[in-house]
Amino acid sequence: MGIIKARQLVHEYIRRDEEGNVESIQTALNHIDIDVEPGQFIAILGHNGSGKSTLAKHINALLPPTEGTLWVDGKDVSEEANTLAVRQTAGMVFQNPDNQIIASVVEEDVGFGPENIGVPTEEIWKRVENSLKAVGMLKYRMHSPGRLSGGQKQRVAIAGVMAMEPKCIVLDEPTAMLDPNGRKEVLRAAHELNRKKGVTILLITHYMEEVVDADYVYVMDQGELVLQGTPGEIFSQVDVLKEHRLDVPQMTLLADMLKKAGVPIPAGVMTRAELAEAVLRCAGSMSDMSFHGQ
Amino acid sequence: MSIILDKVNYVYGEGTAYQTQALSDINLELKDGQFIGIIGHTGSGKSTLIQHLNGLIKATSGAIYFNGQDIYDEDFDLRELRNRVGLVFQYPEHQLFETTIFDDVCFGPKNQGLSKGEAGLRAFEALRSVGMPESLYYQSPFDLSGGQKRRTAIAGVLAMKPEVLILDEPTAGLDPAGRDEILDLIAAMHKERGMTVILVSHSMEDVAKYVERIIVMNQGRVMYDDAPKEVFRHYKELESVGLAAPQVTYLMHELKERGLNVNTEATTVLEAYESLLGVLRKGRA
Repeated sequence: MGIIKARQLVHEYIRRDEEGNVESIQTALNHIDIDVEPGQFIAILGHNGSGKSTLAKHINALLPPTEGTLWVDGKDVSEEANTLAVRQTAGMVFQNPDNQIIASVVEEDVGFGPENIGVPTEEIWKRVENSLKAVGMLKYRMHSPGRLSGGQKQRVAIAGVMAMEPKCIVLDEPTAMLDPNGRKEVLRAAHELNRKKGVTILLITHYMEEVVDADYVYVMDQGELVLQGTPGEIFSQVDVLKEHRLDVPQMTLLADMLKKAGVPIPAGVMTRAELAEAVLRCAGSMSDMSFHGQ
Repeated sequence: MSIILDKVNYVYGEGTAYQTQALSDINLELKDGQFIGIIGHTGSGKSTLIQHLNGLIKATSGAIYFNGQDIYDEDFDLRELRNRVGLVFQYPEHQLFETTIFDDVCFGPKNQGLSKGEAGLRAFEALRSVGMPESLYYQSPFDLSGGQKRRTAIAGVLAMKPEVLILDEPTAGLDPAGRDEILDLIAAMHKERGMTVILVSHSMEDVAKYVERIIVMNQGRVMYDDAPKEVFRHYKELESVGLAAPQVTYLMHELKERGLNVNTEATTVLEAYESLLGVLRKGRA
């Protein structure tokens, strides 16, 4: 069994008036099936309000399913007895780091989680150091989190989850507020955890460039899974993605425009290196042609 | 008419252990009707800088002139300055609080001392200009999608009819379509009303596409202040301070280094497309 498995998962937000009568029902997740294998790097895309964050909260047992079942490492999240185990398996990093930082010194904040689950002191310090190093925040270990910038706080929040050494980390738009370098560092840290420690990563993002290196991508729209596949498969559907209020990486867009203008660029270009190679190959073959023509 | 900053310095926590020089000798002239982008890594002083422009933070030393008047003069009306320089903070939707969208947008103009009727008119106008469907006007702002909430919050500032609109990362956390809608909206307001717009952004691609002038902040100082093409020519220096050029600029530089005569000044997808197509077609001719 995969580390995360959903079958016909449904979540409805039900609003009731003062007498308890149902005022409105909003279906945030509509019969979702997901299979994530241990060690995968998964990206989840979707417009604002498409249900991505609702799904993430189910994986951390913060919201119970209305219908259907979700298993995290084989444990049914709707059983209360599993809640703690589920939360230890799947760590979560939210959008806003201000809501996640509690201690008055960075290293204490990072150590809070492991201390809470009874990790020995020596081991806590080791984890704190490694986690802070992984997010490039080691030199701030003695600082007050309140005085850090938004991007730095977010990296501390991620270090705090890393220190729990969960099997799986769900990152809900962790880079939304970071500058280009901050984004790169967070992404690099996530990929490194994934590669070196085999931590399963679920990355929710609006930056298409961050999806390029994922193993598999799920696309959500209005609570439904509308597309899934490798990044190459997903980003080859430029127009379909636009319909779902999404985009493609700039390099893919440029490749697509060139292809539509008749330049023989192969499908599935996502990175700068790929597009550079493709363009140079086209230029090469074209000058060859003109040479033979002379 | 313009905002002029003359040797502005700002120090946080002066005299404490946390003393930090957030701004050092900032000299800038922000001319009327410009569309300006401010970029810089987190902690470079961008947010501190923009809060000086409507008097929310007072400079430790130096002067700021709004249309020729010193805003730190005793008889200068700071309240009036805040009416004329509108500031949209990061995640402005966190500041929505009224029971309906319409009431929320009315809050600013009412606070300016306008009558209920006048405030209502302003709210209608502002909500229309951000493209909010009328059927939503009397709904709770908390039931809206992220992009709609953001637009409601921007409408709340527009309803005060500012001459200068400052936005601190207005697209953070929005989906790509929402991002394009907000930026297109801002660009249209700049064009149609001649409003001065100052956009703080972490997206080099967005800045390259929309603004005419980029101010690069680094460690509390102005590092570059020029047209996008000129600024992104320094892409190696930008990288050393945690920034970058738009991705297409890198592509063009790489192709040039490998012998293809492309335009390395391209900063947008469209410019890169045109240059590449030109070079490839010439190769064929």
